[in-house]
Amino acid sequence: MLRYALLRILGAIPTLLLVIAIAFLMVRAAPGGPFDSERQLPPDIEANIERAYHLDEALPQQFLRYINGVIRGDLGPSYRYRDFSVSEIIAGAIPVTMKIGLLAILLSMIVGISAGLAAGMRKNTFLDRLITGVAMIGISVPVFVFAPLMVLVFAVTLNWLPASYSGSSGADRLLLPVIALALPQIAYIARLTRASLIDVMNSDYVRTARAQGLKTASIIRYHALKPTMLPLVSYLGPAFAAVLTGSVVVEHVFGIPGVGRFLVTSATNRDYTLVLGITIFYAAMVIVLNLVVDLFYAFLDPRIRRQ
Amino acid sequence: MIAVTRAIGHIRQNRTVTFCALLLVTLALLSLFGPWISGHSNIAADFDSRLLPPALTDGHLFGTDELGRDLFVRTLYGIRITLFVAVVASLVSLGIGVLYGAVAGFVGGKVDGFMMRIVDGLYALPFIFFVILLMVAFGRSLFLIFVAIGAINWLDMARIVRGQTMSLKQRGFVDAARLIGVPTSRIIFRHITPNLLGVVVVYTTLAIPQAILMESFLSFLGLGIQEPQTSLGTLVNAGVDHMGSSSWLLVIPGTALALILICFNFLGDGLRDLADPRGKT
Repeated sequence: MLRYALLRILGAIPTLLLVIAIAFLMVRAAPGGPFDSERQLPPDIEANIERAYHLDEALPQQFLRYINGVIRGDLGPSYRYRDFSVSEIIAGAIPVTMKIGLLAILLSMIVGISAGLAAGMRKNTFLDRLITGVAMIGISVPVFVFAPLMVLVFAVTLNWLPASYSGSSGADRLLLPVIALALPQIAYIARLTRASLIDVMNSDYVRTARAQGLKTASIIRYHALKPTMLPLVSYLGPAFAAVLTGSVVVEHVFGIPGVGRFLVTSATNRDYTLVLGITIFYAAMVIVLNLVVDLFYAFLDPRIRRQ
Repeated sequence: MIAVTRAIGHIRQNRTVTFCALLLVTLALLSLFGPWISGHSNIAADFDSRLLPPALTDGHLFGTDELGRDLFVRTLYGIRITLFVAVVASLVSLGIGVLYGAVAGFVGGKVDGFMMRIVDGLYALPFIFFVILLMVAFGRSLFLIFVAIGAINWLDMARIVRGQTMSLKQRGFVDAARLIGVPTSRIIFRHITPNLLGVVVVYTTLAIPQAILMESFLSFLGLGIQEPQTSLGTLVNAGVDHMGSSSWLLVIPGTALALILICFNFLGDGLRDLADPRGKT
């Protein structure tokens, strides 16, 4: 297990470096400098600004300087938010993004697994068709359609819940964003759980258990439940990635000051260092979370680590 | 060809799949010819008829937006751009995926191992953020959106095609071709690729909603399709600004987008079950 873990961790480092290199080069290859504006600056002032941000150095030198910074947790200064470094902005925005993301994952696990088990146990009944049908809609309809529609119904029309995060301070301001973020994941997890349970129930050892006269309820509880959950563990990685992507939309719609909101504003402001920093941050998060999920999976299933 | 005719026979029996296919064809035709029939412009502003609610009588079936533009025509244009981007982007990913998968599957051995390791590595990356970065760095153009989405979506296709190729490789007609001295590249292009048609059609149907999702995600955030061109994502984004007073601006394009995505997913799932009955659960 230790050997497997070490190999996987070492394998993630080049991926991370490659991601940083691609992102860095993409931004540097952009036509026009970051300080191009309507107002023409005198050439010596422009040269001074470029020197201050190290833009006068050769590209490899700039890249090494950047990598060196990233290792120490320094993603450079923001081009638009004066007096703030990219790391400070991201660090300030992480807590709320984490809170919403983790709550959404938790909610989708609880609801998704319950719905999936209910559908899988009563295969081809009305309940099963209802759940799979609703799940199909949940998978298809994007977060950015769901989220505003939920605001329209529950905040604007019924006036039950606050429409924006910053406009209120109660815990109920988290409800709509978390549900909007969780909905597609609930649908995916329900489908996955259902398919996995049906698969497990068709396996030989379940047939043996049945032949020994065990009731279906105890077969599911003592024999089928654990193997059914196994594919869900490997889905956790993609689920984290999807929730991170979804949080960009949800934070935009509800006005939540999280990392995703800064990604959108910095992308529209063309704040190159901030976009670059957030992209690298997200990519690193996804790679690390995938790694953690893979290690957890290998810990649960010995067949994986022997490969 | 026999497989295709048989599949069409099965499709007729499956009501959901048929309904979805018909709805998509209708929407596509409507988006092509509808604007021309309706007579309203999707760009020209009309300040005398701003924010009109949907009505049957005044000629604005879906109402108008804040510049007095007819929402019916704008939604149809949105559907047109959305479908166009998705189909072209899916063709890009289809081209890359089929070629990559067929080569990896046919050559096999170390080459295959190396090629699939790359695919596995790419799977772990959150591409959508790179697409955002790309749009920021190089400006927003239709061409870039095709390339970016197509370049991401080929991974699934490559995996499926590789698996299929590996099983096709064992078949007698490939041995026969090799025996009479047909070169490898020709075997891949002329003997393997045509036999992949079934799976490729199925997985393209499933790749299209992915492409639609990505394009509308970007457009919704203001990083994709730009005015005066409109996609459904752009329209939903504009609708959010006015949902307090004029909810139709959000509800109509949102419903259109949801409907298209649901139909493509049902269609893809249905076709996959037909192509591979064992995968049916």
